[in-house]
Amino acid sequence: MAPAEPILQVRDLVKHFPLTQGILFKRQIGAIKAVDGVSFDLHRGETLGVVGESGCGKSTLAKVMMALERPTSGSVMVNGKDITKAKGAELKRMRRNIQMVMQDPYTSLNPRMTVGDIIGEPFEIHSEVVPKGDRRKRVQELLDVVGLNPDHINRYPHQFSGGQRQRIGIARGLALQPEIIICDEPVSALDVSIQAQVMNLLDRLQKEFNLAYIFIAHDLSVVRHISDRVAVMYLGKIVELGGDNQIYERPSHPYTQALLSAVPVPNPEGREARQRIILQGDPPSPANPPSGCRFRTRCWKAQDICAKEEPLLQIRPGTDHPSACHFAEALDVVHSQS
Amino acid sequence: MVEVLSEPAGRGSYSGALLEVEDLHVEFHTRQGVAKAVNGVTYSVNPGETLAVLGESGSGKSVTAQTIMGILDMPPGRIAGGQIRFRGVDILKLPEDQRRRIRGEGIAMVFQDALSALNPVFPVGWQIAEMFRIHRGSSRSDAKKKAVELMDRVRIPGARDRVNDFPHQFSGGMRQRIMIAMAIALDPEILIADEPTTALDVTVQAQIMGLLAELQRDSNMGLILITHDLGVVADVADKIAVMYGGRIVETAPVHDLYANPAHPYSKGLLESIPRVDLKGQELYAIKGMPPNLLDMPSGCAFHPRCPYRREDCATAVPPLYPISGSRGSACHYWREVVDGSR
Ligand SMILES: Nc1ncnc2c1ncn2[C@@H]1O[C@H](COP(=O)(O)OP(=O)(O)OP(=O)(O)O)[C@@H](O)[C@H]1O
Ligand SMILES: Nc1ncnc2c1ncn2[C@@H]1O[C@H](COP(=O)(O)OP(=O)(O)OP(=O)(O)O)[C@@H](O)[C@H]1O
Ligand code: SF4
Ligand SMILES: [Mg+2]
Ligand SMILES: [Mg+2]
Repeated sequence: MAPAEPILQVRDLVKHFPLTQGILFKRQIGAIKAVDGVSFDLHRGETLGVVGESGCGKSTLAKVMMALERPTSGSVMVNGKDITKAKGAELKRMRRNIQMVMQDPYTSLNPRMTVGDIIGEPFEIHSEVVPKGDRRKRVQELLDVVGLNPDHINRYPHQFSGGQRQRIGIARGLALQPEIIICDEPVSALDVSIQAQVMNLLDRLQKEFNLAYIFIAHDLSVVRHISDRVAVMYLGKIVELGGDNQIYERPSHPYTQALLSAVPVPNPEGREARQRIILQGDPPSPANPPSGCRFRTRCWKAQDICAKEEPLLQIRPGTDHPSACHFAEALDVVHSQS
Repeated sequence: MVEVLSEPAGRGSYSGALLEVEDLHVEFHTRQGVAKAVNGVTYSVNPGETLAVLGESGSGKSVTAQTIMGILDMPPGRIAGGQIRFRGVDILKLPEDQRRRIRGEGIAMVFQDALSALNPVFPVGWQIAEMFRIHRGSSRSDAKKKAVELMDRVRIPGARDRVNDFPHQFSGGMRQRIMIAMAIALDPEILIADEPTTALDVTVQAQIMGLLAELQRDSNMGLILITHDLGVVADVADKIAVMYGGRIVETAPVHDLYANPAHPYSKGLLESIPRVDLKGQELYAIKGMPPNLLDMPSGCAFHPRCPYRREDCATAVPPLYPISGSRGSACHYWREVVDGSR
């Protein structure tokens, strides 16, 4: 497959939230460096998984890409145009192409709107997409696409189960026929038995409509199942980026290795012999990240250079994909365990 | 009797299982009707043992635990039948003051949501110290010293300096460790941990599970671990109870359940885990939706979603059929499930 032109190009993206003090006269006393220099490409029909500890900036990254937050600096090119600089009608047009499915199916839908109104709302905002008279039919088609009963168009969210509500969120995300869908923890709140249904749906829709997904999740086996490539984030930065086999079979950043080795394996055989890299301590505050490599305070490989020099995300000797560690080396943490 | 229940010296004087839940029934009387949340749950735990309770959301895992702890919302909750025996004594029949002694010293619990279980307006050290003042009558300074020790034990860095900090000043993982500190303060014989790591990411989860295992080794504590994470269960459980629709549908030693599940629901759960060798293929998914407790399916509650069902599944409630040893399955056709024919 010849790599086509990326549909999404994120370059040096930075999002800092000001930390202020004082009630009347707010003074900025610092900044939470939620996203701090992130770059990657996304191709048509591809899924990029994003994993990392809670608070490492995954949702902030998603919001900046959706132009729901303005970045501090950097760019997000959607089909060659920078969405972070777009305004008015142009922003509106660009947004049609990039949609989001939210984490929590229980709170992300307005309880006072019918399912038909929720899924049809994007048509109100982008009234040029579907003429008014055809909207109801279009919403029913969407319900059908995500495996819900089209006759339930007048029901309210509370009349659906969690998995069904997540389908409603997905139908809404599909309404404007976007090329990119950002899924922020789309299955985390769901029952194990329902999770697989929603994953299969996302998979099917991707093939049907050639969608590109950014798939944010904390369940690493779920991310592996759906992703072509995976970005591992730590404290606002991507520390490793590669194909799913490169990340899962040959992780080269110590954080990725620790993360993968900590994933409990759903098989009790040989559990006594399993080796884990247990990280000590808690992640540092994004308001005051460590100098040099941000992971060095919890890293068992750290040397003097790690405090002085920031390791760039690049391919290093002996590795086949970019890693932001001075001492990156491929290590098979998953198989060496049992 | 009171002596045996509350005095550490009494430990080991009872020869049956340490905690036994038998045929427990709990229902909620709501405006929409009676929700039968727990419909005949039976399980037991011994010292040093880890029982994992797995199951669908809403299947009654937490309500069972709340009933054991004596903290069920009553009303709307009502215990409609069954026994909960601690050292052979049915604690459901004990007067409240005796139950209170068991709570904390005999059986303690770590709750599903650490932030809401801690009181936001009191320093965490003070909240831990309260346990010693109330239950042990310790002096203020003694209790505080013990609180620092406990915070150290659950690895809160700089415990001495942080004992006066408030809950919101700690990360999610640290708050969960503080909850564990409170639960183990009085050295309980049984700890119920209700989804202790669900809100945490895997690196912090590994820390917490390691901590629980260590506490268990040190004091031979029995652990009831409620979770829906099949990975965590495979890691730490000795035996498993799988719940569906307020009932135990399968019980088994951990290795047996993973190697050869005997109930279609457990089997479906295991098969729906994404596996590396099946990447790119459709995941196995259990069809349909979880049951509505106000309107439970007749017969086997799982029958509308079950690939093994036959006609009688919709009419006859399957008992927990004994399979071998401590294994049991509440499926009329468990033999076919075990054989793997569908
Ligand atoms: N509007 C905001 N103002 C100030 N700080 C914020 C804001 N939004 C997010 N943050 C901070 O930015 C950091 C990154 O948050 P973000 O929600 O992106 O994390 P995440 O990776 O999505 O975490 P999780 O896995 O828990 O969802 C956190 O420290 C968070 O507290
Ligand atoms: N106070 C209450 N009033 C009414 N119904 C309740 C109450 N507490 C629990 N229930 C109901 O009892 C059923 C069992 O709930 P329970 O909390 O035990 O589920 P669970 O197995 O712990 O699920 P989860 O995995 O989501 O925590 C649910 O349907 C719930 O709605
Ligand atoms: S009893 Fe029938 S419906 Fe229930 S699990 Fe067994 S085969 Fe399925
Ligand atoms: Mg998030
Ligand atoms: Mg629960």
